[in-house]
Amino acid sequence: MRRNGPLALAFHCFVVLFTVAPILVVCVVAFTPNGYLSLPTSGLSLRWFRTLAERPEFLQSFLDSLWLAALASTTAVCLAVPAALAIGRNQFAGRGLILSLFQSPLMIPHLVLGIALLRLFTETGIGISAWALFSGHLIVVFPFALRLVLTSAVGIDRQIENAAVSLGAARWTTFRRVTLPLILPGVVSGWILCFIQSFDEVTMSVFVSTPQTTTLPVRLFLYIQDNIDPLVAAVSAILIMGTVLVMIVLDRVFGMERLLVGPGRS
Amino acid sequence: MSFLTIERLTKVYDSITAVDGISLDIERGEFVSLLGPSGCGKTTTLQMIAGFVDVTSGRILLEGQDLARVHPARRGLGIVFQSYALFPHMTVAENVGFGLEMRKVNRADRDRRVAAALQLVGLSAMADRYPKRMSGGQQQRVALARALVIEPHLLLLDEPLSNLDAKLREEMQGELRDIQERTGLTTILVTHDQAEAMALSDRIVVMSKGRIEQIDAPEAAYQVPATRFVADFLGRTNTVEGDCAGAAVSVAGETWTVPGGAPAGPVHVAVRPERVTFAETGLAGTVRKRVFQGSQWYFEVESVVGPLAVLAPNGRGRVPAVDEAVRLTWSADDMRVLPREAVR
Amino acid sequence: MSAVAATPGRPATTLRVRGTYAPYLLSLPALAVMGVLLLVPLAMTLVLSLHSFGMYTGISSDYALANYVDVFTDPYFGEIFLRTLRISLCTTLLAAVLGAPEAYILHRMSSPWRSIFLLVMLGPLLISVIARTLGWAMLLGATGVVNQTLIALGLIQTPVEFMYAETGVVVALAHVLMPFMVISVWAALQKLDPQVENAAVSLGAGQATVLRRVVLPQIMPGILSGSIIVFALAASSFATPSIIGGRRLKVAATLAYDEFLSTLNWPLGATIAVLLLAANIVIIVGCNRLVERRYQQVFQ
Repeated sequence: MRRNGPLALAFHCFVVLFTVAPILVVCVVAFTPNGYLSLPTSGLSLRWFRTLAERPEFLQSFLDSLWLAALASTTAVCLAVPAALAIGRNQFAGRGLILSLFQSPLMIPHLVLGIALLRLFTETGIGISAWALFSGHLIVVFPFALRLVLTSAVGIDRQIENAAVSLGAARWTTFRRVTLPLILPGVVSGWILCFIQSFDEVTMSVFVSTPQTTTLPVRLFLYIQDNIDPLVAAVSAILIMGTVLVMIVLDRVFGMERLLVGPGRS
Repeated sequence: MSFLTIERLTKVYDSITAVDGISLDIERGEFVSLLGPSGCGKTTTLQMIAGFVDVTSGRILLEGQDLARVHPARRGLGIVFQSYALFPHMTVAENVGFGLEMRKVNRADRDRRVAAALQLVGLSAMADRYPKRMSGGQQQRVALARALVIEPHLLLLDEPLSNLDAKLREEMQGELRDIQERTGLTTILVTHDQAEAMALSDRIVVMSKGRIEQIDAPEAAYQVPATRFVADFLGRTNTVEGDCAGAAVSVAGETWTVPGGAPAGPVHVAVRPERVTFAETGLAGTVRKRVFQGSQWYFEVESVVGPLAVLAPNGRGRVPAVDEAVRLTWSADDMRVLPREAVR
Repeated sequence: MSAVAATPGRPATTLRVRGTYAPYLLSLPALAVMGVLLLVPLAMTLVLSLHSFGMYTGISSDYALANYVDVFTDPYFGEIFLRTLRISLCTTLLAAVLGAPEAYILHRMSSPWRSIFLLVMLGPLLISVIARTLGWAMLLGATGVVNQTLIALGLIQTPVEFMYAETGVVVALAHVLMPFMVISVWAALQKLDPQVENAAVSLGAGQATVLRRVVLPQIMPGILSGSIIVFALAASSFATPSIIGGRRLKVAATLAYDEFLSTLNWPLGATIAVLLLAANIVIIVGCNRLVERRYQQVFQ
């Protein structure tokens, strides 16, 4: 009764093709031996990957992106844990307002964030540096950290902490030995989601990047503005393959559905 | 020809046999319960009758017609689901009227029949409410009205009362039986609650591991369980080992004369705890535990044939204390003798 | 990429074990960061949008609504905003038409396939937007796979202009944003009682009727909230329209970018940003309210 009919399966195949095609095509074009964009009809070649090895600026941007994502995610999680514990388990005046403020970056277009931060750092005379990039990424990823930590914090039975206190644990010990282990799944998955969001961010970063510190997506974007050649396909292919690898590991460890849809019934 | 005939019905999922060749006949107007623990195949059987699960092998005949060729939407069965499965986006009246609408019943008739069905379950005042705003018992009634209004040949109830609290459940049991008697509708109830099955049904079908253990009237199944599983499942039972020679059954030196006798050799003897009594003579034992339960006392006695449970009515004679030495016996009529190899 | 998070539930317990100031103290670090790095810059952008700009004088420090008047009266901007609106609407429609049925099909799949294809549908969310858009740029070119296939099938004679055209932007954006639709509809499907469809069938409904009368009305809130997210993200999207649309086919976001980094008319760029933000908030908050009000009676 609850099986998909042939029409549904045909539709499904079309949607899967639609979803996968642009990702596959990038990976395939990256192996072209030609000097222009084409599907490799005359054999596969690592030519563009070798070319990439001679362009250290891409590697530099890649490393910058990794550092930035790690730093922004860690800071975001450190800010999110106390905030989530406060919001998730207390009723206090202004709770709703504070929560809305914390979630507001989700509603603000990244373009607007980029413009606003560009204005902040130029107007105050600090100037655009890696700090501007870090600030922007911190703001962008914070709601994701908060959401996942909050979900796990709300689920904790307050009585468990009271039990720890009744057994003689000090407040900090209670947090370290009881509360933190309980919200750890939320903290870890929050960090990962932040890392991915930060690593992929481009719109906001375009405004606050400098020639010295440019993330990989921004460098790719700026490169594509001038010309699209198999070199960017090679970079993208590496990115895609890396992401797919991370994705499979994540799905095994956490379950993709829980990470993206939130803890549901199933 | 019975009203509903199930012949060697089997369902195999991958390699797991959920229903293992069961056969069953149900007469018109009968109230039959499929009773068993979860995973015994009772729900799968119901789902196959409803047509939501494909049959691996075997047949289901409704009034002589093989249901395999009838689409679930055309079987004309009234089903009450465990979760009630009400349409949350429709009002009570729309929910109840849905089946009539599918049958292209005209507006006026539909309204009349919906009103009558709601009257039957006592929900006339709530026709315009949405299900989410109603209590569990009320939702249950809506589900029942929705199943009844299409005037089904057969009513299937899938654990319909399991989501209600104890008091409401008892109330709904009475109402369910009442409605079934008034409409004379052939009804199959799936439940894991033996008290519910016994209170409602004309016959109960006890199932275990995809097979039928016993089909009988509730009283008969309780008094004369066909297998050890049935004996254990329908209330608590003491099972002890004994020997049989002709009409004489002996357990640890005590002998009873069983009318009709049993096959000679080693046997299992089953006795309900409420049939075991304290006596001057009989099986020796020591009281290990004593619990007051209001109308009765519950004892656990360590006897020469192993632990025995005893239920004694309150206020009849002296109550033995814990660690007291006692003797236990029972009447020959209250013991059920099963050959030992037949015990599952 | 950003998503609109579901508001978390009420706190499990409301015991006030510690002093009442503790929650404020705990949220203080995050509040400070948000205040300095979010509220202050946004306020500064609003102020910037009120300043005027001259080609030779630069940014002045006066306050006027001249930029807003400009944006609303100049047909050049009108055209760009209209195009942004058109692209966003078409993207939302395409994402819904593909994403909602796909979510339902996934929902009906059995065990291993269901999670495999859910991964396939949602996975692209984690892949860089640039990489995905690049893929579409390659597929949609005049000699790209899509045009070659269409010509080979005999559907068209000459290549269709997808690149630097609205159609291409819509297709690529729908691809980039469809996972949000799938997530939203999937979440709605999870709330669906699996027996409800069987109940409708037992009452005599055919497959089409079950879909139209029972399933669709129940997942409609999911489709609508998915549409709100997709529309809002499409309207403010930047990377995809700028790669597929090129410099000629401007949308609101690429316009603001050009004003900032090419023309250097920061006040005008800030004005567009403020309008974009306002529109976003109105759409998300306003539409969510509407959807909630429409369905609260039934689903809460």
